[in-house]
This record gives sequence, C-alpha cells and structure tokens, in this order.
Amino acid sequence: MSTALLVSFAMTVAMASTPILLASLGELVAEKAGVLNLGVEGMMLIGAVTGFAAAALTGSAYLGLLAAMLGGLLTSLIFAALTLGLSANQVATGLALTIFGVGASALIGAPFVGRTIERLGPLLPQALAGHPVLRVLFGYDLLVYLALGLTAVVAWWLRYTRPGLVLRAVGESDTSAHAIGYPVLAVRTGAVAFGGVLAGLAGAYFSLELTPMWADRLTAGRGWIALALVVFASWRPARLLAGAYLFGAVMTFELHAKAAGFALLPPEILAMLPYLATILVLTLISVRPGRVSTAAPACLGKAFSPA
Amino acid sequence: MTPSAPPRLELSGIAKAFPGVVANDNVSLTVAPGEIHALLGENGAGKSTLVKILYGVQAADEGEIRIDGRPVVIASPKAARALGIGMVFQHFSLFDALTVIENIALGLDEAVDRAELARRVDAILRAYSLPLDLDRAVHTLSVGERQRIEIVRCLLVKPRLLIMDEPTSVLTPQEAERLFAMLRQLAQEGCSILYISHKLAEIKALCSRATILRAGRVVATCDPRAESTRRMAELMIGTELREVARGGRAAPSGPVRLQVRRLSLPRGGPFSVPLREVSFEVRAGEVFGIAGVAGNGQSELLLALSGERLAPEAAMIRLDGRPVGRERAGMRRRAGLCAVPEERNGHAAVPDLSLSDNAILTARHRVPLTANGFLRFGASRSFARKVIERFGVKAVGPAAAARSLSGGNLQKYVVGREILQLPEVLVVSQPTWGVDAGAGAAIHRAILDLAESGSAIVVISQDLDELLALSDRLAVLNEGQLSRPIATADARADEIGLLMGGVHGEHARARGASRA
Repeated sequence: MSTALLVSFAMTVAMASTPILLASLGELVAEKAGVLNLGVEGMMLIGAVTGFAAAALTGSAYLGLLAAMLGGLLTSLIFAALTLGLSANQVATGLALTIFGVGASALIGAPFVGRTIERLGPLLPQALAGHPVLRVLFGYDLLVYLALGLTAVVAWWLRYTRPGLVLRAVGESDTSAHAIGYPVLAVRTGAVAFGGVLAGLAGAYFSLELTPMWADRLTAGRGWIALALVVFASWRPARLLAGAYLFGAVMTFELHAKAAGFALLPPEILAMLPYLATILVLTLISVRPGRVSTAAPACLGKAFSPA
Repeated sequence: MTPSAPPRLELSGIAKAFPGVVANDNVSLTVAPGEIHALLGENGAGKSTLVKILYGVQAADEGEIRIDGRPVVIASPKAARALGIGMVFQHFSLFDALTVIENIALGLDEAVDRAELARRVDAILRAYSLPLDLDRAVHTLSVGERQRIEIVRCLLVKPRLLIMDEPTSVLTPQEAERLFAMLRQLAQEGCSILYISHKLAEIKALCSRATILRAGRVVATCDPRAESTRRMAELMIGTELREVARGGRAAPSGPVRLQVRRLSLPRGGPFSVPLREVSFEVRAGEVFGIAGVAGNGQSELLLALSGERLAPEAAMIRLDGRPVGRERAGMRRRAGLCAVPEERNGHAAVPDLSLSDNAILTARHRVPLTANGFLRFGASRSFARKVIERFGVKAVGPAAAARSLSGGNLQKYVVGREILQLPEVLVVSQPTWGVDAGAGAAIHRAILDLAESGSAIVVISQDLDELLALSDRLAVLNEGQLSRPIATADARADEIGLLMGGVHGEHARARGASRA
C-alpha cells in the first residue's frame, strides 16, 4: 500500500471515529451520574441541523458549531426536565427524544436541503501539513483534536477531581449522596447537559465536515452505536476511545474493501463488520474470569426524587 | 461546664407527620455540652425521624432547634455539619463501587488533597485502633468495616454534637469498649453525643441521661445509671417485658440434624475469606452459636450452608445424614434447610417486591405457596399476614413493598418468614441486628421455640450477649477457621471476645500496616 493511501486511510479513520467518540463521551458522563439518555441520536440530529442552518446563514462553520452545541444542550434539557424534574421513565423519554429529534431536524432542515456550505476544514495552517506523515498528525479539523483532548480531560476529571468523584457518587447511590447533602438532581442535570452539548457537536460533525450538506437522518444511527459503546467500554473513557477508533477503522476498511471491488463477502455482511468487531473486542477486553463486573453505575436509569 | 452555659442542643415542640403516620409529636429534649444523651425507643418510635430532622435530612413541620442557645434552621446535612453536627447513620451513606478513601472524601464538605486526607484518616485510625484498608472498594467490606468509614467521616470534622444511630450493633465487646472509650474521651473534650441504641446495658454504662420515645412522643426522661434496664425497656414498649430465659435446659441429646465436616471453600472474590476445614454438628433441639468479627468468613459460611455457594464435596454438609453439599439453595430449602442472610435488603428480600411476593420467594415449597407451577396469591397473602402478626411487623399489610419497611421491621419479617416454615435446620445471621428490645426478645423466643420443637439452629452473630442468651454451644470463626465449640454455660464473655476481636484485630492491623 502506498504512503498516500495509508495516510488517507488513517485520516478517514480518525474522522469517522470522532463523532462517535464525542457522542459516547457525553453519554458516558451522563450515565456515570446515573442517567440513561437514549436520546443521543435525536440530540445529534438536532445538533446537525442547527449547526448546518447557522453555518448556512452566517457563512461560518465555527458559528455553526456553537449553534449545534446550543441545539444539543436545549434538546438535552427537555430530557432533563422530563426525567429529572418530573421523574418520567428515562428509557421511554429517551426513545421519544430520538423520535422527536428525527422529526424536528427534518422540519428545521427542510429549507436547507440542497444548500452547500464551507466545511470546517483543517485547523492548522497547511504549511504544517504539507508532508503526508505530518498531515496524519496535523491535518485535521478542530473536532478531531477536541474529541481526543476531551477524552483525556474527562478521564482525568472523573478519576482525580472532587467534582468528578461527586458525579460518580451520585450515579452510584443517589440516596447516599442525597443523605450526605449533594444536590443529586442538579449534578444529574449538569451531566445530561454536558451529554447534550457533546451530542450536538457530534451531530454537527456530520453536517459541517463529513458530508457538508443537510439530508434527513444524516447521522445514520451513529447515536445508537455511541450508546452501545459506553456499555461495552465498561464506562471507561480509555476503552471508549479504543472502541470508537476501532469502529471507525473497521468501517473505513469496509468502505475501502467495497471500493476495491472485494466480493468474497456480500456487502451486507461487510456492513455489519464494524458493529460486530467493536462489540466483540470490547466484550473480550472487559471480561474478567470469575469476577462479576461492577462497572455499571448502580443507579443507572433509576428515577430519584428527594424525600 | 458551668450551669449558666446554654445547652449544646435544645429541641422544643418538634413535630413531623408523614402521610398516614405521625412520626414526631411535640418532642422536646436538651443535651448539655459534653453530655452523652441516650435516645431510646422501639423501631418506628420516631427516633430516626428526629435525628434526620436534626441532621437536616428532613424538615420538621413544627418546632424549634437551638444550638448553644441560638435558634437555627438546619436545611441540609451540609448546614448541620457547618454547625458542628456529625452523624453516624444506621443505614450507611456509602458508595459500594468506590474505595474507602473516596467514600471518606465524599463525606467532607471541602476538597482535601488525597495524600493529606489519607494522612489525617490514618492518624484517626491509629488513635482509635480501627483497622481499615483505605484502597479497598466498599462492596468488599463487612458491615463492621463499613461502619468504621462512617465514624471516621464524622471524626474528621471534629464535631461538637455527634449523633450515633445504633453504633454497636455490629461490634464485638472489645470493639464496643474501644468505641465507648472514644466516645467518653470525645465527651470529655466537650463534644455532646446523642446516642441511639436498643442495648439498654450499654446505655446504662455510657449515658448520663436518656430520653425515651414511644409512638413519636417523649414518654420519659431519666438517668439510665439510676434506672433498671427492665424499667427502661417497659417504658419503651409500654407494656411489661417478658424475659427470654434459656437457663435450666438439659444438653440436647437428640440426633445430629446438621453435620459439617472439613468444609473448605476457596475465596469467592478478591476480598472474601476462604473457609478452612470448618467442622461442627448441631443436634435436634440445639442452638449452635457462631461468634466472630465480621469479615472472618461469616458471609462465606452462610452462603455455603444455605447453598448459594456449593461445597466442593457433597459429604461436607449433611442434613439428617444425607449429603447435601452439592445441592443448590432451593433444593436445600425443600429438604428443610432454611437460611436468613445478614443483609435484609437485596439479599434476604427484594426491596421492590411486596411482602407477600417476598414470601413466595423462599417459602413456596414448604408452605406451599405455589401449585402446579402457578402462584397461590391468597395463600401467600395469608402467610405474609401471619408473619406480620406473629412477629409484630409494622407494615401496611402484605402488599407493602419490602423497601417501605424500616430495617428492624424488615428483619422481623425475613426471620419470621423462615421460622414459620418450620425448617428442620435454620441458619440465621445477625437475627436481631437493628431490632428493638421487644422485637428482639420475640425473635429470640421464636428461635428457641423452633429449637424446642426439634429443629437444629445455627445462629451467626457478632453480638455476644445474644449468643450467650440463645445458644447451647458456641464456636468462634476467625480468618475462616472455626474454633473448638464450647458449652455456653462454661463460656466467659471476655474470653470469647478476645478470641473474636483480639487475634483478628491484630492480624488486620498488621496487614494494613504492611500495605501502608
């Protein structure tokens, strides 16, 4: 394989993985606080459409990113108001949120179908990314770096800071946290909002970078794989990173294989590969013989209302 | 303390009602600086509600709280801690998946550097001789070890008023003595202590005043040192107390019903204790006590006897001569071996299921509560109602969710549920943990009645007084090994206490030190 092909492969992997990593990182934080938000796909779609609309109207992809964050945030706050404020069932509300996101994004996006925008493009000046090898390191847009950086920050924040500890505690035992005096619902609202902002960014990555245009259901179910990744990564940011990039790699491989006319397996089977490989690998690394995994936050998905 | 000094704590006219029940009604009490004040009452008398109000977990409907003479509003536990109030809950506020040090850090209001915190915690652990490994996850700890986390959390804040909710229910006599010495020292330093307990003897030894609650009201204030335990118990329950008398029974000479021979069990998890060649026999009509500090293999022994963990060989456990070591819990129950684990919520009972559904879970074969694969709801309800009535469980009825019961009431229910199945062999762990004197006596009475009817009974408990009152013979479980059984009549509490606490305590400290 030529260097050019390898470079293009590597870069496609990073870009395909980024939205999944962003969305699942946001969901990981929400789930660590004990909230199961199945509306990731919906929040991503809202982010994708608000980002695209803002970019189309202002001509700036970066303003688009801001708008996407805001869109994701507002959508997640609907979820927070229902599940945390009114103690609605989280699973049902999350599913409804996704359906809402599909419909609302189609409505908002209708006037923008067929319009084009300037995509985000590489963050750093071209001079740095002239050589192919340098391009692998320095040739990406803002979000690729942001996703990687945030993963490290979130991992560190959860593990070593006091607010991170409080967030984990709230997800572990809401009653104990409440008894000690931590504001359980406020912490959870914050976690859900963070998940919303990241899901909005993840959605906007599709409409502002990967396919700079608007089409219904643009995110194509990636919100669901992001959700699954959180579970199979045992709620650990490092494994999340590995899982997201593995998924991106197998998916890119599948595209390349198709393009190269690989016909040994039917294309439908090839299309399954990223999902199968990711889940298989993450399951294998999280298996500890003879030990029950205690990775899942104990209060995940449970409604809490302070007495 | 000068007489003119205002009381450290003054409650006047505290009232709190929940839908359907008045928890506190016009409760007033005062605690002087440096006083150890007992709060006495049965399960459901309103003690927990009162201290929750005091600690800011719940808000009172009426009444006033004064600290050092100043009226205060305690809106949250944080506000309580800011006022110098610390509390050790009966239900621990712990996080199972987090480590000991993380749990302690969460109990503090300000962020403390982890190394600095570890140093301060270590100093406290040393000062009060409490063995505790800071890096272990809480879900691997015994109840006794978990309590130490709560105590350390409080002591870190240097409280002026410390609330202890039944602190000694899981401690050995030596550990309890150590705790009392610590509390006395704290009191001498001027810290007031509000002490909730069912153990009247220790209240007599420790407290200089007592407020007795019944049905949410103050029924008496007395000096426990001058009052008889019997009189205080009667004030608490409002009727005369019937003593559980064990003495004067001939040594049981019936056939051996339960035989455990050289039972060894590898550790079940990274922090569980392996059982090493445990052997004992229990005859029909006999109560066999197993003493020991939590975390010495008690949970493992209970799991091995109940059938939740299988013995390596069938012959290691025999029920009426038949090897059952390889049979699972359901089959052993059917054969007549019933067990009550220590943890009532989540192990002995499913919190979200009703009491009658919880009855079906363990009593379906022996009562029976199923027929041809269908549940017999009517029979389940009436069986649950029977347990409720017979053991004085305070519950709305058989339809009440297990989680809606207070700890002591659920304990009465899960113990009663097994006893009323009339098992041939009953294994029960901590039968009266968190249960008040009246109900504790009822549970003891029921256990003895069951023994008298010809069942063999194993009681695993950390409460030595309980074991001395109940059992014919007892042995000490230490680091997974069972001592030679001794007849209770010959046993001296301090000797057994040393066997339980002393040796293991030293080991645990040595382990902790080598890790540090």
